[in-house]
Amino acid sequence: MPRIDPNEVREIAQLSRLRLSEPEVARLTGELDAILGYIDELKQVDTEGVEPMTHAVPFDCPLRADEVGPMLTPDEALAGAPRREGTLFVVPRIVPGPGGDM
Amino acid sequence: MSAPDVINTTLTEQAHGVREGRFSARDLVDAYLARIERIDGRLGAYLRVDAAGARQQADAVDADKRAGKALGPLAGVPLGYKDIYVTRGLETTCASRILQGWIPQYESTATTRLTQAGAIRLGKLNMDEFAMGSSNENSAFKPVRNPWDLERVPGGSSGGSAAAVAASLCAGSLGTDTGGSIRQPASLCGIVGMKPTYGRVSRHGVVAFASSLDHPGPFGKSVEDVAALMEVMAGHDPNDATSIDAPVGKYREASRAGLSGLRIGLPAEYFAAGMDPEVETAVRAAIDELGRAGAKVVPVSLPNTRHAISVYYLVCTAEASSNLARYDGVRYGHRAAEVANLDDLYGLTRGEGFGAEPKRRIILGTYVLRAGYYEAYYGKALRVRRKIADDFARAFSQCDVLATPTSPITAFKLGEKSADPLQMYLADIYTVAPALAGVPALSQGCGFSKAGLPIGLQLIGPPLGEEAVFRVAGAYERATQWHTRRPSAVESLS
Repeated sequence: MPRIDPNEVREIAQLSRLRLSEPEVARLTGELDAILGYIDELKQVDTEGVEPMTHAVPFDCPLRADEVGPMLTPDEALAGAPRREGTLFVVPRIVPGPGGDM
Repeated sequence: MSAPDVINTTLTEQAHGVREGRFSARDLVDAYLARIERIDGRLGAYLRVDAAGARQQADAVDADKRAGKALGPLAGVPLGYKDIYVTRGLETTCASRILQGWIPQYESTATTRLTQAGAIRLGKLNMDEFAMGSSNENSAFKPVRNPWDLERVPGGSSGGSAAAVAASLCAGSLGTDTGGSIRQPASLCGIVGMKPTYGRVSRHGVVAFASSLDHPGPFGKSVEDVAALMEVMAGHDPNDATSIDAPVGKYREASRAGLSGLRIGLPAEYFAAGMDPEVETAVRAAIDELGRAGAKVVPVSLPNTRHAISVYYLVCTAEASSNLARYDGVRYGHRAAEVANLDDLYGLTRGEGFGAEPKRRIILGTYVLRAGYYEAYYGKALRVRRKIADDFARAFSQCDVLATPTSPITAFKLGEKSADPLQMYLADIYTVAPALAGVPALSQGCGFSKAGLPIGLQLIGPPLGEEAVFRVAGAYERATQWHTRRPSAVESLS
């Protein structure tokens, strides 16, 4: 039985905001099924009482004083914007409304 | 030696040459730029060369020398940087169309430190897109070829960084290693590459692939070169919350200190079936050499090694799916042209901008983090990760440094593994576990196959154990001199 089917791939593509073509969905379904098949072997590993490890070296999240330091100017921050207006990034309208300005 | 002759030597020798006035920094940079012009068309190592910037930096070093000012430890040394390092004013793409045209407004800590030490930036080096790959065939722009055989891959994801050093297109370079992406290309290209302890080198300004696994690190022709780059790059950085606050070691001194008294552990699991017999022969001969040089060789076991690939492809894809969410067409990089709404903006921008491997990993990573699957996949992987780290801790109670092959195979041909993602993933079998555990690991040349392809020896140390690794690596290099051999495939191009 396949571990992942094309519908699930389409769902995940929507969750991760990736517009995929149908040939891509088909190819990814096969590839991911094979990879998940390989990864299945982890089920046999006894992890009773083992703490999850997210960090290679133990560390306390370091804090600093809440003081303003050097930072990008608005112009620097907006320098790479595909569309900008003044100090604003321009994106398609999110809430539908009259005009539909983009 | 004149500048054109010296580009085939180590960066250490080149730094001496500039300091002693044997040649100017400008002559050295011009020699490299000329060689890149002659050869790189066939190799594809560079994504962009900043000739004007490099000449300007070199002229500044020469002016300082004439004025009698103190020169930094790397003054005049021409380096290349993997295109994952954010470089202010110089396009940075991670070899992806989604960042094509992005001119950063800030600079990574690692490259800032190298510049402060006087190093010259020649340009940005090719890589697998977003550091995802083991052959540099996943670059959105062009593949990189192995200087030892142009029909073969240099390894990945830091393929450009490794090929450029091996072909003398820079004196040293920077790469990143998340599952092996410095060590494996170092092995396939016959040079030295190091993945430091996690947190030893700042990740500030290194575009994130998997934040708990990304390790910025250096490539060089010799162990001493890599040690020199490490001394400059390493150290605490307040801009990276995961950077370690511990003094930087004297790595060059360690590389000269010899290895007598050190115990070398051989993990049984790294000499399993399926290895290329020529690789096994060369690595076992290297270990014999280490014994002759004064090390004590002991057998050890890392029983959870066989789970490392599964754990890696669960953890790194989960983290990548989160890190790559920022590429949304809003603030930088590519934005799709025909967008009717926000869903189009995100979906089309990312669908057009990402290549096949990033898409594959984003989908897999999103899948394993889904509610309902999280504990079975990601949670499980994090627990097995701890078991892998504990294996290393236990082994280091019995030895000082582990020795293994870096890659089970030598360089394969372009196209040979690119059709089957799982086959490509298995190329990382010896490199992923040290990355998961965050322990330092270095690859150096230990011989060549009958076909003339480089074979790599991997040396692994305990956390912050870089000095022990450098002691062994330096001693081995002095005893064998593999690093002085030059790739003939590239000589015929120049």
